[in-house]
Amino acid sequence: MAVGGKRRWWWKRRAAVVAGVTIAVSVWVGSHCYFRRENMAKAEEALVSMCEERARMIQDQFAVSVNHVHALAILISTFYYQKQPPALDQETFAYYTAKTAFERPLLNGVAYAERIIHSQREIFETRQGWTIMTMKREPSPMQDEYAPVIYSQETVSYIEAIDMMSGEEDRENILRARATGKAVLTKPFRLLESNHLGVVLTFPVYRSGLPEDATVEQRVEATAGYLGGAFDVESLVENLLRQLAGNQDITINVYDITNASEPLIMYGPQIPEGYMPLSHVSMLDFGDPFRKHQMHCSRYREKPPLPLSAITTPFGIFVIIMLGGYIVFAAKNHYDNVKEDCRKMEELKVQAEAADFLATVSHEIRTPMNGVLGMLDMLLDTDLNLTQKDYAQTAQVCGKALISLINEVLDRAKIEAGKLEIEAVPFDLRSILDDVISLFSSKSREKGIELAVFVSDKVPEVVTGDPGRFRQIITNLVGNSVKFTERGHIFVQVHLADNSDLGADEKVHSGLNGLSRSEKVQIMSDCTFDTLSGFEAADTRNNWENFKLLLSDEMCLQEASTSDKEPDIVTLIVSVEDTGIGIPLRAQDRVFTPFMQADSSTSRNYGGTGIGLSITKCLVELMGGQINFISRPNVGSTFTFTAVFKRCNKDAIADTKRTLSEALPTGFKGMKAFIVDGKPVRNAVTRYHLKRLGIAVEVANTVKMMLNSLTRQNSNFRTGRQPYIILIEKDSWYTGMDVYLHNQLLMLKQNDCVLELPKVILLVTCEYDKMSSGSLVDTVIIKPLRASTVAACLQQVLGMEKQQKKELSNGPTNLRNLLAGKNILVVDDNKVNLRVAASALKKYGATVECAESGKDALSLLQLPHKFDACFMDVQMPEMDGFEATRQIRLMESKANEQISNGGASRGEDSMIVEWHLPILAMTADVIQATYEECLKCGMDGYVSKPFEEQQLFQAVAKFLVSKPSSDS
Amino acid sequence: MSLMALRERLNVLVNSMFLEGLLDQQFRQLQMLQDASSPGFVAEVITLFCEDSERMLTELTKLLDQAVVDYQKVDAYVHQLKGSSSSVGAQNVKLACIQFKQFCEENNKEGCLSALNMVKHQYYSLRSKFDTMLQLEQRIQAYDSEQQN
Repeated sequence: MAVGGKRRWWWKRRAAVVAGVTIAVSVWVGSHCYFRRENMAKAEEALVSMCEERARMIQDQFAVSVNHVHALAILISTFYYQKQPPALDQETFAYYTAKTAFERPLLNGVAYAERIIHSQREIFETRQGWTIMTMKREPSPMQDEYAPVIYSQETVSYIEAIDMMSGEEDRENILRARATGKAVLTKPFRLLESNHLGVVLTFPVYRSGLPEDATVEQRVEATAGYLGGAFDVESLVENLLRQLAGNQDITINVYDITNASEPLIMYGPQIPEGYMPLSHVSMLDFGDPFRKHQMHCSRYREKPPLPLSAITTPFGIFVIIMLGGYIVFAAKNHYDNVKEDCRKMEELKVQAEAADFLATVSHEIRTPMNGVLGMLDMLLDTDLNLTQKDYAQTAQVCGKALISLINEVLDRAKIEAGKLEIEAVPFDLRSILDDVISLFSSKSREKGIELAVFVSDKVPEVVTGDPGRFRQIITNLVGNSVKFTERGHIFVQVHLADNSDLGADEKVHSGLNGLSRSEKVQIMSDCTFDTLSGFEAADTRNNWENFKLLLSDEMCLQEASTSDKEPDIVTLIVSVEDTGIGIPLRAQDRVFTPFMQADSSTSRNYGGTGIGLSITKCLVELMGGQINFISRPNVGSTFTFTAVFKRCNKDAIADTKRTLSEALPTGFKGMKAFIVDGKPVRNAVTRYHLKRLGIAVEVANTVKMMLNSLTRQNSNFRTGRQPYIILIEKDSWYTGMDVYLHNQLLMLKQNDCVLELPKVILLVTCEYDKMSSGSLVDTVIIKPLRASTVAACLQQVLGMEKQQKKELSNGPTNLRNLLAGKNILVVDDNKVNLRVAASALKKYGATVECAESGKDALSLLQLPHKFDACFMDVQMPEMDGFEATRQIRLMESKANEQISNGGASRGEDSMIVEWHLPILAMTADVIQATYEECLKCGMDGYVSKPFEEQQLFQAVAKFLVSKPSSDS
Repeated sequence: MSLMALRERLNVLVNSMFLEGLLDQQFRQLQMLQDASSPGFVAEVITLFCEDSERMLTELTKLLDQAVVDYQKVDAYVHQLKGSSSSVGAQNVKLACIQFKQFCEENNKEGCLSALNMVKHQYYSLRSKFDTMLQLEQRIQAYDSEQQN
């Protein structure tokens, strides 16, 4: 769940980041677009206003000019036609127009052409003194009427006498002007002189008396002449625009769109340029209703530059959103972290509380348990028959296991709090495995499954490491296996790591040179698989072929490398193989996850919390190893782990062996045994246990083979002085076998093949099989095999019980040895406690003196004194144990100084180099803090109150054993 | 009554005390400490325990009677009582003492008073059984010495 949750959390986080960035980017893009559009709109608005402004200006200027031309027309009609004689001549006109030219900035110049009917031409020509000319400066051909220029401004004086009707444009203009009575314009064309684009304005001049609503005919009739002027649109517009601001930004085209499909350019470049998308069209009204004009403005010769704000502002917003998002994200993260931390703290708190609780409770459990164990110790000292002894031993082992379990529960709390330390003490791996096996023996017997241990000979007898954790791992694994196995076997193997690898590598060759063909065939016919029980195991590496290789390999290695310097580190491979229900494939990847069993039905059927394997994994990793497993559903599981231990030096081995409570009896050395067993793995296990007892072993597949070999061997050598033991596996046994075997053996004895009748021991896996053993079997051993069980059986069969009893009871004997004849001072203010402690010590032969307070103790301990040790209560009125100890130590150090100064030499005590009385605290609550305080004030150790034999022994052994005089 | 019958009665008594929870394993240890060299050991310890306990119970009653209770003193006495009861294996007395100690640490006078009553109750019910036990022991010892003589 943790993994899933983490992944989901990660996805959520990722999605949040992506969403945040997306929002920021889209806001950025959106605001950028908005600013751009806004900018465009503003530009367009500016363009429209600029365009309209220009259009209006041009229009106004134009109108002003037109109005003035209109005024000139009135002037002409007034002074030329209504005065007799006319008050106007060319000179006056030229002068007047030149003077008023500022009023018509758009006009190059004005000229007046009179309407002349053909009939009047001659009179007119003679009066003027010139002939009417066409535009091409030729004398005009005959026309219906003419419009020769009579007056002209000086700027356009070159058109004098030219008939305006001769030009196509002008003629049209004249006709239209006189018909409408308004100013009319030509379409734009190139002007004569400047070659600029321009238009010609024509204004009719009527004789007086024309009514406002005159018809066209009346107008034509009343027409006297025409006033005309040329607008140089191009240069004029340019002049005009030059006066206005923002000229660079704008391009202007003026069109004549009278013919809408074919607009004629009046101003501006022929091909429109600039940034077309942004443009505006303004209508121009030059006062001529016939002609329509338009002004096209396009803003910006180039694409308008993007304003900086359109980039910076969105970018700023983007940054702000990103920052905001980050802040929210960081806050959320922080919140999550804090929440997680808080949860962890809560957990730790709970764990710490649990740990405290466990520490208290475990103490309360330990005290009565010690009583139970003590009683069992006593019980074992009494005369018991084999079964009773087995039961008592099992009870004792289980009790010890309970005590260690309590410690393990404490450890679990410590592991979870991350405070577990790994011990490094020498221990005997094999006896630990035997203990574990015996712990599960009743279960395995009940279920009828084979439970066996095999430790390779290469594995040193004593290694340095943490026996408790090692036992815990094995117990967990075997416990699991026992729980989930209903048939077949559970097999614990220990090999050296490098050795085991070698075996695995060479497995390939085994078919070629490993086994002889016949042997193999026989094995295959005997049982389906070459495993311990014949059931298939999940990990095929553990079958016989490989196992055998390991064994043989071991032998040659042992021969080869006995003198070699052995490395300091011993890496062991331990495998626990079962033929149980296996682990479902889908559950295999979370086997080591706490509280995760294969499925919910598992805990229903088999119980347990499922934390065991996770603890096991932690422990294995703490011990520098790795754990993994192979499992096949309905076939079984094989858990394999490596463990790193240190090799012990020889002294330590001897030391450890001496203190090991359950040393194996040594009385079997040189004995011989025959194992009748068809299953090679199983007989290797049996052999292993017998070898540990020092018994030489031979193996036969069947009873018959055994008998044959017995006959052959002994008739050849006749050396069998030692008693013979025959161990027969259950499956080589059948009803009536006992009689047959007995007879055969009797026969052998008669034939002098054996000196004594061999003892026959049947090996069975469950109680039930015991029934079928028959009467002539010496004894039956119910598996699992343990060296000590086998030894006990053999002792019983061979009549060596007394020897064994002596060996077994060496624990209290040791304590007796240690304490006998010792002078011990017990200090306790509580009389009852004092009395009990004193008599307990007396029981082991010590001479005890009592003191009821710290002060009494001090006075008794004035140097020199005769005491060998002092047991001191911690909590006493007036002077408590700590204070008393401090004073004693002070006294001693003073005396020691004197000795070293050579100041004092006492006759009998002169051999004592230094005064140091071992002081042991007696305390009811054995907690770490008390212990540390004990050491701080100079005490040497502590014992729990009331006394517990084992602990008392351990505490006392530390200082009393080292004095040679003490062993009496 | 024969020696066997006396022994039997003693056994039954002790077993019933175990069953009732009056005694714990520590008492068995005491019994084991009694051997030929110290025949009256259990009786001696029990007598010691009773004397001691009664003295302390009187002290405790006095202390708790006062208006201002000196909890430190109370605690010291209770600790003593707890120590001796656990040495003897007087389980119920010990458990009551543990509770007493807690109240004492909390300076809870009412709790202390009720705990003291509890201790007294436990002690006296144990005491009556011990009395019977001591009588039996004495008679057994009397038999023993008779036989030896």
